[in-house]
Amino acid sequence: MKGYIHSIQSLGTVDGPGVRAVIFTDGCHLRCSFCQNPDTWVAKEENLMDEGELVRRILRLRSYIKDGGVTFSGGEPLLQAEFLTEVAKKLKDNRLHITLDTSGTIMNEKVDKLLDYVDLVLLDIKFNNESDYKKHVKDDMNKPFAFLKMLEERGIPVWIRQVIIPTINDTEEEVLALKKRLAPYKNIEKVELLQFRKLCLEKYEQMGIDFPLKDYPETSKEKIAELEKIFNI
Amino acid sequence: MERKEWLGFKGESWKNEINVRDFIVENYTAYDGDDSFLAGPTERTNKLMGKLNELLKKEQANGGVIGIDPETVSTLLNYPAAYLDKELELIVGLQTGAPLVRGVHPFCGIRMERMACKAYGYELSPKIEEEFQYRTTHNDGVFRVYSDEMRAVRHTGIITGLPDSYGRGRIIGDYRRIALYGMDFIIEKKKEDKKRISRGVMDEDTIRLVEEIYKQIQFLEQLKQMAMLYGCDISRPAENAREAIQWLYFGYLAANKEQNGAAMSLGRTSTFIDIYIERDIERGILTEETAQELIDQFVMKLRMIRHLRTPEYNELFGGDPMWITEAIGGMTVKDKTLVTKNSYRFMNTLYNLGSAPEPNMTILWSEMLPENFKKFCAKVSIDTDSIQYENDDLMRPIYGDDYAIACCVSAMKVGKQMQFFGARCNLPKTLLMALNGGIEERYNMQIGPVMPIYDKEVLDYTEVMERFDFYLEWLAKTYVNTMNCIHFMHDKYAYERIQMGLHDTDVERLMAFGVAGLSVITDSFSAIKYAKVKPIKNENGLIVDFEIEGDFPTFGNDDDRVDRIAVSILDKVNNELKKNPTYRNARHTLSALTITSNVVYGKKTGSTPDGRKSGEPFAPGANPMHNREKNGALASLNSVAKLPYEKCLDGISNTFSIVPEALGRTKDDQIDNLVSILDGYFMQMAHHININVLNRETLIKAMEEPELYPNLTIRVSGYAVNFHKLSKEQQREAISRTFHTTI
Repeated sequence: MKGYIHSIQSLGTVDGPGVRAVIFTDGCHLRCSFCQNPDTWVAKEENLMDEGELVRRILRLRSYIKDGGVTFSGGEPLLQAEFLTEVAKKLKDNRLHITLDTSGTIMNEKVDKLLDYVDLVLLDIKFNNESDYKKHVKDDMNKPFAFLKMLEERGIPVWIRQVIIPTINDTEEEVLALKKRLAPYKNIEKVELLQFRKLCLEKYEQMGIDFPLKDYPETSKEKIAELEKIFNI
Repeated sequence: MERKEWLGFKGESWKNEINVRDFIVENYTAYDGDDSFLAGPTERTNKLMGKLNELLKKEQANGGVIGIDPETVSTLLNYPAAYLDKELELIVGLQTGAPLVRGVHPFCGIRMERMACKAYGYELSPKIEEEFQYRTTHNDGVFRVYSDEMRAVRHTGIITGLPDSYGRGRIIGDYRRIALYGMDFIIEKKKEDKKRISRGVMDEDTIRLVEEIYKQIQFLEQLKQMAMLYGCDISRPAENAREAIQWLYFGYLAANKEQNGAAMSLGRTSTFIDIYIERDIERGILTEETAQELIDQFVMKLRMIRHLRTPEYNELFGGDPMWITEAIGGMTVKDKTLVTKNSYRFMNTLYNLGSAPEPNMTILWSEMLPENFKKFCAKVSIDTDSIQYENDDLMRPIYGDDYAIACCVSAMKVGKQMQFFGARCNLPKTLLMALNGGIEERYNMQIGPVMPIYDKEVLDYTEVMERFDFYLEWLAKTYVNTMNCIHFMHDKYAYERIQMGLHDTDVERLMAFGVAGLSVITDSFSAIKYAKVKPIKNENGLIVDFEIEGDFPTFGNDDDRVDRIAVSILDKVNNELKKNPTYRNARHTLSALTITSNVVYGKKTGSTPDGRKSGEPFAPGANPMHNREKNGALASLNSVAKLPYEKCLDGISNTFSIVPEALGRTKDDQIDNLVSILDGYFMQMAHHININVLNRETLIKAMEEPELYPNLTIRVSGYAVNFHKLSKEQQREAISRTFHTTI
């Protein structure tokens, strides 16, 4: 079976625990205004990779991985759930920990099946109210929460992530709203507040499209630390 | 034999013959705890370091050299006892009459000393000039016998950095012997050797060896006198930790008074010293604070070692390095760790005294090292960028468990093996000569065997490889012959009497060759094979540039199509060298290590088929070319790990820079992840890695405003430097390297 693989970062250390091979899948159904990887929006023919080849490349990194593992990121990996299930089966044969980094906006049978092999989900709760979500993600905010609920029922641990964007969600109220919304779920192990960065500007320029948040400043490390304190992380 | 100084030490065989390894294994106390026992600097240390820092500042303000003594030939007894601060110093001994002042060493070449004096506004004393009119130096000797071809190869930079006008270095005296046995025992054993050897047939080899032992004994006697200038009687063994360090340091100091070798490495001393510290702590005459104080003071002394160099030398070996390499950690052949508390204390000097490039702390990494120690090493790397790692699991089966590292990556059994250092040859240039039929491209000079210039429109892989093989054969022969001349003359006119006196008499000799530009030539062949490369000729018909159409895989992406080319090139170079006999039957070894000479090598090399333009730097050592790594850090490491150590026994150097954020979000994560990376890399039988954890922006800022970063240390190629001591060109090259980041 073949899947669309944008790239492989052989040393991933921020997408799940330990040293990880991070697989960036190609193709995404969302167009979030703060997206850092516009080059993964459209799945491209030349990025088709055989599952055997992908597994071979991941296993070349086996000696570095102790508490780490493999992270499926993207793009939206759930668009290729069937392919990733085949990959995941083989990785499980090699006792690798599997993390899924997702927007949590797709639920179907194939996704259900993939989750059989997933040890941890990094779930994006992109905004804290319906109107921001609608505006910047152009999708329904109930979806990731339904996804979270499903993960809770299945007993799959979750790390929640939110990108903090100045003037949009970088206030005490926003952070406390997030905390409140997450409170009912028992499977959340960790919440990560991430800096909004603009390293992606070059990519947008190369692709000849406008970065919707180009006029927003980056978020400082200090701001993140301050909000983490409020959240009590 | 029994000595009162040995009270409490276990074991037998080391007592009757010189066998430091046996002493260590019988007596050391392995430590697998964490770093919480470590002590900070004492008031005394702080005061003394304050004084040293003032001098270092003055040295920097003075263009890197605080002063030169041009009147005295540097040797063991030519300077009076001198101090940094006699009241505060626990470990004593300076190279010249005053701290940081550089001495002159004319025995390897007086011209170099004359020029170096001049470069800093001094004049070599007329008395020395006159005396050396009646002496032959190593440099004189070499140039008497160099052939025209050797001169041409040297002049054009096909082989560069040869030790033909300065001390060859890379010889590690077993300085521990002085502490354990005292000088009288060592001298007595040498006298026995001399008698034994003189009983055989007096052929050329034997006569040379007998004279060498004579010289060793003469200087070992002088070493005793040198210590007496400081009121120390080292004819007997050391009886406590302070003496053990002091005795050992006297040996190292004497070697530096005698020789200005490029790399004057220390060996493997920390676990040895720990045995004395443990005994003193048990006896109640030392505490953790005072033990650390001794190590801090010892390291301070090491940081003060200096040699006088010319500006040209600094271009090759940037940042005034000494390579006071100390090998730390590792395992015994029975898989017990050799890590002791003193392994930690050595590294703790980077905190107590501040980060610094010397001594060149080299961790002998084994998967079996205690986890606590691994984490401590990773922490020190992240905090200081001052240490390097080499694979003990790879070297231990070859060298046993009492080897050390000379310079950057050259392993040898301490006191049992020595090496003839041989710098490196330029592989991309050899490829260009092969295309141009033996003509050197920059000087337009016929140097190699004559062949028509390659005349097809597109380079054909098989044809070009055949040409390269032919010229490689020629190069190997020229290289080995040149080395034979150099080391014959070095032995004859500048023999290392102290360092060799602290070796077994029946020493094994290695001859260390090297290659530069491995990733350039590898990618060049990959381009020829997988893309379309058209040579571009100049008005003389010489190939001076290339036009590349299409993509090709590059080294550093864990792609076998190209990585195999690198492996096969090392294999070929190694085989070709071995076809040529060496001086004193030394064993051929090979390294992929450039020091900072990758910049100069690049400068001297025309455009190459991989797309690198004329004059642009090579990547250092075995590194992939800058920014051609597209699959992240580990894929890059995997490519380097494929290079076969058994074909490259003098070491495979890899310098790795990563931004802190790419190692993990928290410091604890960063430490754990760095340990995983090191384990994973070395498990694949990789040999060496320098770790830098820093941002490119920091280097750019340090280049613009050096005064804000006086102690910024980075690993370059097998050693560390103060960033501000590099030339602007070298700094720019360090900045242009790949910094592995998060996406």
